[in-house]
Amino acid sequence: MRRALACLGSLALAVPAPALAHVRGGEAIGLVSGLQHPVSGLDHVLAMVAVGLWGAQLGAPAIWLLPVTFPMVMAFGGMLGLVGVKLPGIEIGIACSAIALGVAVFLELRPSLCAAAVLIGFFAIFHGHAHGTELPPGADGLLYSIGFVIATGTLHAFGITIGLVHRWPAGRTALRSAGAVVALAGVAFLWRALAGGGV
Amino acid sequence: MRRPSRLVPAALALVLMLALAPPANAHLMTTGFGPFYDGLTHLFLTPEDLLQVIAIALLAGLRGARSGRFAVFALPAAWLAGNVAGALALPHGAPFVVTAAVTIALGALVAVGAPLPPEAVAGLAIAVGLLDGARNGGDLATARASVLVAIGAACALFVTLSLLGGQVVSIRAPWARVVVRVGGSWIAAIGLLMFGWSLRGV
Repeated sequence: MRRALACLGSLALAVPAPALAHVRGGEAIGLVSGLQHPVSGLDHVLAMVAVGLWGAQLGAPAIWLLPVTFPMVMAFGGMLGLVGVKLPGIEIGIACSAIALGVAVFLELRPSLCAAAVLIGFFAIFHGHAHGTELPPGADGLLYSIGFVIATGTLHAFGITIGLVHRWPAGRTALRSAGAVVALAGVAFLWRALAGGGV
Repeated sequence: MRRPSRLVPAALALVLMLALAPPANAHLMTTGFGPFYDGLTHLFLTPEDLLQVIAIALLAGLRGARSGRFAVFALPAAWLAGNVAGALALPHGAPFVVTAAVTIALGALVAVGAPLPPEAVAGLAIAVGLLDGARNGGDLATARASVLVAIGAACALFVTLSLLGGQVVSIRAPWARVVVRVGGSWIAAIGLLMFGWSLRGV
């Protein structure tokens, strides 16, 4: 009896009905990769959080203008990367963004709104270019894009939330200290980028 | 003699673009609950369509209840009309690059809080409905899908617009409206990347 069942089982496996499901590879990989990518590198994380910190220090309307500007210009940088436009010194640009934003938070710099947006936008291009050219093989491009825009925006929101401590004197000091840490980390990233060729 | 409207060449260009577009690769998921539910889930498995619907809901919601009411009915109706046109005459729908450009534009309008009148919001909803409907209509016709799939998808559009648009209309706190506009900037950013992907041919 067991032998008969085993034979039947083997036969059933050997002559399977055709599966109708279709494999569309990459959806889950794309979204998860996109969500993970901005948080996988400390240089990106610190720069994104610093954007939120600086926005919180500057107050309205910069608190929302900077996080609106960054993703849009970053996506433009990503688009440049996707269509094959080469940008020199991507890693150097990302390291410099951490230094510049860290210094801005540390010194509580208050440039005009336009100047702040231009500065943020300039550095966003480097971050976007780095993201845009690093799609994992087999991943879905659109979902990867959705994932990394959401992750980047969430990091900004995280920075803004932390930056709300700016209303208390002790919080203000803590924010400036955080800016100093970001700037110092940026110097380390710059050193690494220069040592590694800076591309 | 009356001068021809500028809309005529634009409409001709749109029809030509739809007719010559390469085949889309949209997919229809089988839920096991029948074609109506297959259509209902289709919107949520087609991120390029869903992004545009979210953008229209946010835009209409920001512009008030009247805009919201227009959009809630205009978009699903236009989607169904586009679907029929796509199934009958425009098998391939608009190219992905057009979808990306529309997504950028809609996201940017939300991000800047464009002060559009309700009629303009309704016009945008109709345009989006026709474009997306035509693209999906061609795919559904190729897949020999039931008409219930299209009805299910239109219901999904209606429900999504109603729920999301209604939430945004009810927002009063300035910071919450800013959050909605930030959402628009995310949609525009994703649209820019879609544009890059479409130019790259992925």
